Amino acid sequence: MSTKNFRPFNLKKTIRPGETIIQSLLFVAGVLSIMITITLVYELGKEALLFFNNPDVTLAKFFGTTEWQPGIGKYGIWPLVTSTLITSFIAMLIALPLGLAAALYLSEYASPKVRSILKPILEILAGIPTVVYGFFALLFVTPILQSIMGKDNISVYNMLSAGLVMGIMILPLISSMSEDAFSAVPRPLREGAYAMGATKLETSLQVVLPAALSGIGAAVILGISRAIGETMIVAVAAGSGPNFTLNPFEAAETMTGNIARISGGDLSYGSIDYTSLFAIALMLFLVTLVLNLISQYVVQRFREQYE
Amino acid sequence: MENNVEPEYAIVTNDLSIHYGSYTAVKGVNVKVEKQKITAIIGPSGCGKSTLLRSFNRMNDFVPNCRVTGELLLQGQNLYSKDVDPVEARRRIGMVFQKPNPFPKSIYENIAWGARINGFKGNMDELVEQSLRGAALWEEVKDLLQKSAYELSGGQQQRLCIARTIAIQPEIILMDEPASALDPISTLRIEELMQELKKNYTIIIVTHNMQQAARASDYTAMMMIDDQRSGGVIEFDDTKKIFTRPKDKRTEDYVTGRFG
Amino acid sequence: MNPNKNHFPEGDAFRRELNGRYRSATIGEVLFLSALLIAVISLTALLYNIVDGAFGYTAYEYKVDPSTITSKPLNELTQPELVEVLKANISKGAYNKLNNEQAMETRSQADLLSLVLERIIRIDTKAVWSLSDSLFHKTEIEAEVAEKYPDAKLEFRTWLTMNFITAPMSSRAEFAGARTAILGSLWLVGIAVLFALPIGVGAAVYLQEYAPKNLFTRIIQTNINNLAGVPSIVYGMLGLALFVRVLEPLTSGSIFGVTDSNGRTVFAAGLTMGVLVLPLIIINAQEAIKAVPDSLRQAAYGVGATRWQTIWHHVLPNSVAGILTGTILSISRAIGETAPLIVVGASTFITVDPDGLFSKFTALPIQIFNWTTRAQPEFHAIAASAIIVLMVLLLSLNATAILLRNRFQRRL
Repeated sequence: MSTKNFRPFNLKKTIRPGETIIQSLLFVAGVLSIMITITLVYELGKEALLFFNNPDVTLAKFFGTTEWQPGIGKYGIWPLVTSTLITSFIAMLIALPLGLAAALYLSEYASPKVRSILKPILEILAGIPTVVYGFFALLFVTPILQSIMGKDNISVYNMLSAGLVMGIMILPLISSMSEDAFSAVPRPLREGAYAMGATKLETSLQVVLPAALSGIGAAVILGISRAIGETMIVAVAAGSGPNFTLNPFEAAETMTGNIARISGGDLSYGSIDYTSLFAIALMLFLVTLVLNLISQYVVQRFREQYE
Repeated sequence: MENNVEPEYAIVTNDLSIHYGSYTAVKGVNVKVEKQKITAIIGPSGCGKSTLLRSFNRMNDFVPNCRVTGELLLQGQNLYSKDVDPVEARRRIGMVFQKPNPFPKSIYENIAWGARINGFKGNMDELVEQSLRGAALWEEVKDLLQKSAYELSGGQQQRLCIARTIAIQPEIILMDEPASALDPISTLRIEELMQELKKNYTIIIVTHNMQQAARASDYTAMMMIDDQRSGGVIEFDDTKKIFTRPKDKRTEDYVTGRFG
Repeated sequence: MNPNKNHFPEGDAFRRELNGRYRSATIGEVLFLSALLIAVISLTALLYNIVDGAFGYTAYEYKVDPSTITSKPLNELTQPELVEVLKANISKGAYNKLNNEQAMETRSQADLLSLVLERIIRIDTKAVWSLSDSLFHKTEIEAEVAEKYPDAKLEFRTWLTMNFITAPMSSRAEFAGARTAILGSLWLVGIAVLFALPIGVGAAVYLQEYAPKNLFTRIIQTNINNLAGVPSIVYGMLGLALFVRVLEPLTSGSIFGVTDSNGRTVFAAGLTMGVLVLPLIIINAQEAIKAVPDSLRQAAYGVGATRWQTIWHHVLPNSVAGILTGTILSISRAIGETAPLIVVGASTFITVDPDGLFSKFTALPIQIFNWTTRAQPEFHAIAASAIIVLMVLLLSLNATAILLRNRFQRRL
């Protein structure tokens, strides 16, 4: 091959149909997720609208009464909401302190070796299917609660057991997000505290923890969102049948539990039972969407703070 | 140093060495740091200046498998003997870091926190004001005490860090390149502040800025790395002597800018 | 000079306070560690609870005395003799049905024996004990059985057996198996991956390699992150409305001429699962693609490659392990999902294995749910066994993912 030869070439743009087609296909794949969200909102909204357009259903009944039995004309959403809130509250009561403490230990105290043993345990907890947690709640935690409190004081299906186990389920989420937040706190901040003669506990609780507060906030919000949307634990252990009560020792069905039970039965399209499920699902979707958005926003802001 | 009166020493080291595992980072340091003077540690990057400084208040406790041999004497007590409490030691030996690292709290809390954890009983407002005055920051922030420390400029943040250090009333203040992240004007203010502080405190400062060492310090320790990559103090003397008539050829090369 | 000096405790006073601070520090550390210990204990209790339920004594009676059917002890009957016993004692229709499922002559002796037990002798379980009770309270159990169920046999039973894994469903816990459910889960995962993997990787490639940095891209990204956080039961509702109802002609197979099904097919459920794992696959694939160093792309462009050539020959091959790891983790999420399957209409009782896209289905977690919520303790025992099967499945998936990840990390 001679390098001296002059070989003419053309630098004009060439159209490569293959490239264009592939790029279009990839674009479609990227946009599909938007289509999913739109379809989700459309389908949930359409059926939920059918529910609310039913002449029998009024917002006054929906928010103003406390019995939920759409099949027989009772449209008060409160029993489902209260039980959802109670189980989620109990779950967070367990998950938040334990998750924070676990994260503090892992990020501030544990040696790499101890960490490499303890951390996978949390990861295993995070990977256990929720139906298995349901089994655990109903057949392990509930009997223990009953033997502590007496069978007369706590029913076989109760919100306490479901909430406690849900707390264990959410613990790894809180702990790993908080740990991320702690490790984002710059090292010099800790050194500053130690150089003032602070102990490890004083540094952890009074410097690292406050500095990571927004990251922890994001974890809490996401944890609440997870608790509200969790289905199988409450479907198995919290009881079936809406029950307007604030007593965690009683059985009460959550929003998700209601969807699972009613949709698992015989359901005819377009019936009030059918559309009512979409009304609940839409509420679930909107609440968790808002919570997730806030959480994401907070995490992002938190990252920027230390970058 | 041929005084009739033996000067009082804040820190005396005897063959102090710092090891990371099998690697010796700083070898055989013998210095006597005089009270209420400013002692500068200078030397090229990576020669172990910061490592040595951090060993003076046991900040190296947080580095895994870091080990210190030899003696580091404060008022005759070896900082590294087993019965010494590192937390109490750090209270007596404050530290200001390379980058300002105020706590994400209010200006007031930044100063009050260290005093509070150390059991301060008295008028906190007064202490905060005094410390801020001591760090020449009071006039600038007296109306912003409840504002976040992050709203201050870098130079102000660094003076806040000095203020919170003097609030716990240490004997010695260690400064690890305290002005390296600051603009020239802020740097000058810190240097002025150091002259003010040495009336009450012993100051040890690590700096890579030769002029700063020459301007601000009374004594200078010159560090250099040997062929095993271990740092050591090759010359320790009056700052004037170090910069005008150094004994060691390497010091001369370094201070006149012929090195590296 | 410093009037405040006296306000700081000095000497012994400082020491006393410091000791107090150290005490709190120790208490704090112990408390933090105990949070982790609670997690460890919970996990241990959960695993114990499962294993405890899957083995143990049962007391059962025969509804029909075996001696009225055959003169020999049951387990000594040969294969042809068992076929005869079956022929003689169950209805012709039931016999033919069994024969159609699998010809009698080809069935094993053990299989036939369990058929005889299930259909003719009929076991009536009186009581079930957990493994721990069986081990530590054997004499009490024996005494209880002798008193309450004098006719019952007491037998240590391993509920999780090979037969449990290979047998189809049964309405009797003693004979029920998980085969239909395991196959259902595999079908679901297969459909979900075939749907979500290409789209997910495509979306990830688009977002990482093509998408301009603008508002629209940010919306797509935020949307994907949000979809990953939508409760799974809401995906179930989407599946119910979209795949089961609106797309019924497709998911029931009626446009392909399948007539005997409605929209509640394994296909509809698999697509629902696919939508559910899609955001996870996209996010994981994005991470994998992000990890490919830019220098590699620049090298490819430098020798005159087009964008797609660069992606196809360099970016994707170098991120394939990461993408696969993410996919496996998504599968293990999907395989444990229960709620959306309930909503899209998994069958609670079905003895026929899924044999195509348009068959009815059940899945392992669905059976765990059903069996757990039954009142009889023998169903809890098979629920525990099914959980063990599910967990072993998950464990092997995760082990594969970790192996892949390790290989991946070594390469880069």
